[in-house]
Amino acid sequence: MISFTLNGEKVESRGNGNERLLDVLREEFSLTGPKEGCGEGECGACAVLMDGRLTNSCITPLANAAGREVVTIEGYSRTDRYRVLEKCFAEEGAVQCGFCTPGMVMAAEGLLSVDPDPSEEDVRLAISGNLCRCTGYNMIIKAIMRASKEGKGLW
Amino acid sequence: MSDENRSVKISSEQQGADISYPVIKKDHYEKMKGEAEYIRDVPFEGLYESAFVRTTIPHGRIRKINLPDLPEGYHSIGGEDVPFNRCHSVGDEQPVFTDGEVRFIGEAILMIAGPEKKICEELCSRTEVEYDELPAVLELKDATESYQDYHYDKGDPDKAFREAHEVYSETFETGYQEQAYIEPQGVVSVYDREKDLLQIFGSMQCPYYVHGALKIAFERDDSQVRVVQTVTGGAFGGKEDYPSLVSCRAAAAALKTGHPVRISYGRREDMSVTTKRHPAILEYSAALDEQGLITGLRVRIRLDAGGYPGLSCVVLQRSVIAASNVYNVPNMDVSGSIMYTNTPSNGAFRGFGGPQSIFAVETLMNHLAARYGMTPLEYRRKHFFKEGDVTSTNGRVHQHVPIPEMLEKAEELIDYSRKYEEYGKPQTGRYRRGIGMSVFFHGCGFTGSGEAGVPIKDENGNITGYNGGSSLKLVKDNKDRVEILISNTDMGQGLKTTFSKIASKCLGIPYEDVTVKNPDTQRVPNSGPTVASRSIMITGKLVERAALKLKAQWIPGEHQEIEEKYIHPDFLIPWDNDTFQGDAYPAFSYGLNVAEVELDTLTGASRLIDAAGVFDVGHTIDRTIMLGQAEGGMLQAFGYGSMEKMESRNGRLMQNSFTDYMIPTSMDTVPFRIAFIDNPYSWGPFGAKGAGELTLDGGAAAYEAALEEAMGREMSAIPATPERVLKALDGGTEG
Ligand code: FES
Ligand code: FES
Repeated sequence: MISFTLNGEKVESRGNGNERLLDVLREEFSLTGPKEGCGEGECGACAVLMDGRLTNSCITPLANAAGREVVTIEGYSRTDRYRVLEKCFAEEGAVQCGFCTPGMVMAAEGLLSVDPDPSEEDVRLAISGNLCRCTGYNMIIKAIMRASKEGKGLW
Repeated sequence: MSDENRSVKISSEQQGADISYPVIKKDHYEKMKGEAEYIRDVPFEGLYESAFVRTTIPHGRIRKINLPDLPEGYHSIGGEDVPFNRCHSVGDEQPVFTDGEVRFIGEAILMIAGPEKKICEELCSRTEVEYDELPAVLELKDATESYQDYHYDKGDPDKAFREAHEVYSETFETGYQEQAYIEPQGVVSVYDREKDLLQIFGSMQCPYYVHGALKIAFERDDSQVRVVQTVTGGAFGGKEDYPSLVSCRAAAAALKTGHPVRISYGRREDMSVTTKRHPAILEYSAALDEQGLITGLRVRIRLDAGGYPGLSCVVLQRSVIAASNVYNVPNMDVSGSIMYTNTPSNGAFRGFGGPQSIFAVETLMNHLAARYGMTPLEYRRKHFFKEGDVTSTNGRVHQHVPIPEMLEKAEELIDYSRKYEEYGKPQTGRYRRGIGMSVFFHGCGFTGSGEAGVPIKDENGNITGYNGGSSLKLVKDNKDRVEILISNTDMGQGLKTTFSKIASKCLGIPYEDVTVKNPDTQRVPNSGPTVASRSIMITGKLVERAALKLKAQWIPGEHQEIEEKYIHPDFLIPWDNDTFQGDAYPAFSYGLNVAEVELDTLTGASRLIDAAGVFDVGHTIDRTIMLGQAEGGMLQAFGYGSMEKMESRNGRLMQNSFTDYMIPTSMDTVPFRIAFIDNPYSWGPFGAKGAGELTLDGGAAAYEAALEEAMGREMSAIPATPERVLKALDGGTEG
């Protein structure tokens, strides 16, 4: 049994330690927000936060989550910070097919939680591990910049 | 970012405002929250996973297959499990499971299905296949056998070349491009024994293509097959006909095992075996007068179709028709072939044959301009076509061509001409800059008369009417909410939103009261595939007409249904697919791209430092959605021209992951300056024309033009990888 905090709740997984965190989240906990785009740590579709740090869950063994705090889009979407991002992503048209979106949102939180007032270059860098084939990124970058302004005080 | 489209205000109430005014997309919240169900997120009771045994030689025959003993609950499925073992695309060439001849590396020979994916994979890896190898054609340049050839003439090309002051010839090459949708291919088949219903749920563009392929392979009636699209994580053409193939395989397994069976490709599998943009060789000869102006073009286009022809002939049609791009060329002799090679089959990718030709023509224009001492823009200005001119296939340019306005806008956005002059002065030092422009078009909708349906001919061969053509349905419930029943899919391009906007605007009801669900062939009529930039212009027009009809008959509080069928525009010069004469498209959308790059002359690496795009897509249905199409399409185009490199060696694709096939990341791009020119088209809803593909047609040419200016050297191939650039800088001929 491996225990960790998942979206604010203490949980125990029956999985064994070398299982991929992504599979445990999706199968054991039915959290299908994190997606598999490559399975090799290259696309960020599976990104979650682990102790606040952006982590590709497809290359993270379950054992690494032991005792840590894991947040997926399902948990994050209940926060006020999320709601600002949700609005700004809508206004800037930052979502097309949506497959990269949960990972992008986690990347945005990963950045804003340590740097509430990022420059455009900071944002570009912060999402550089998240591939998006649809949007060309600029609308996502605008959305995150805008959230940092409209959500002042939240981060 | 001077652009007016940048700061959009959102209102869910767009009544009274211009339809372009952005709204919150129908699927925004579910996608943001991670609640949208892509195929791998949908639970199925008793689901079986699967894996494939694939061919490992490029050409030969299968002699023997040695399967390991299968544990309880594991089944092997092969060609013998498919009544007609062929997957229907344009024709019926490709087997569902390869049984006799092997034509490329990565064909599926058989599939193992069972409860655990890992065990399926292990059983596949323990399966041995013996082959008799045959000589293989591994390179497009060595290919001699074609699946299909097209040819057309305009004017008197022989005379033009005979009387030419000079003839200039150049051969262009373009590489593979992988769609790289972030959600890989995936479907689940469920067989309902009681109803004898064969079902597919999955990621796809064209539910009725899958429906048709299943009917043929499993010899079933319309009512015995059901196809439902699930939320689709990008497609770009890569999910146009390929899902038919995986669906037939999954269906065979579901029928055999009695369990729902999932096929879900990993990234490497997806990149190794699915269809890509065709590599092409384009040979151009231009007949020139004393001023260096083009009086005639002779063009030979060869596309690498790979092991099976699939959609390649339709792709080639677009390539040959676009052979003169937006230029007036009075005399043309154009031919094209799709070539058989023993490499994975190629197919649809946003732009669909256009980007190859446009790269060639645009680069040719630049090279000719330089030879005759003109700037690329001056030279182009002497050739641009305009309303009333004759197209390559002796059709007409029926509507206004806003290229002059687009050029003006581009100057305003990015100061093209001044920068072109500045970078044209001798540069020294390691880093050098250049700016390049491309101007291009995209024919909207199916090529030729495809949209009208199948022509009905009289005994003299004259077309007297058409059978088929798209249809759709509007259903109003007794609370006066309207559902649009269509087979076109939203794969990220926003169709649920744009269709709802059109209907709500016409009906005068709130946007929230209109819905579009993912198509289910048991519920929706066939409004055609989601391809060819046809959805808004063709199906959207149907939505508009149906909504106006419903409004005229509106009875509050009552259930009402309206059906509407496609009407072919009446102003067209009829298309003849045998001679390639007539109007190939009812309308064209136009694009202009500018790329500004910095080149590191030491490493050959280059990067984008600024870019602009100006587009005429008629009237935009939603400015933010259209901006998203422009942003995304342009970056794919720049990727195609610069960094996206895929090669086949000995019949095997050498790149099959995001580690070795590089698509642009957020660090590879810059803010784009984008503007739209309003040029309404009366046969499109609210004046809209095709939009999705246009945005990827011209960026590669602009990028390469910018690099050429930075280098002071010419190139004639894409992608402009550092190796190619260094070779060109060395003065060698790249290619
Ligand atoms: S799926 Fe984890 S990084 Fe791509
Ligand atoms: S929205 Fe499709 S991959 Fe980002």
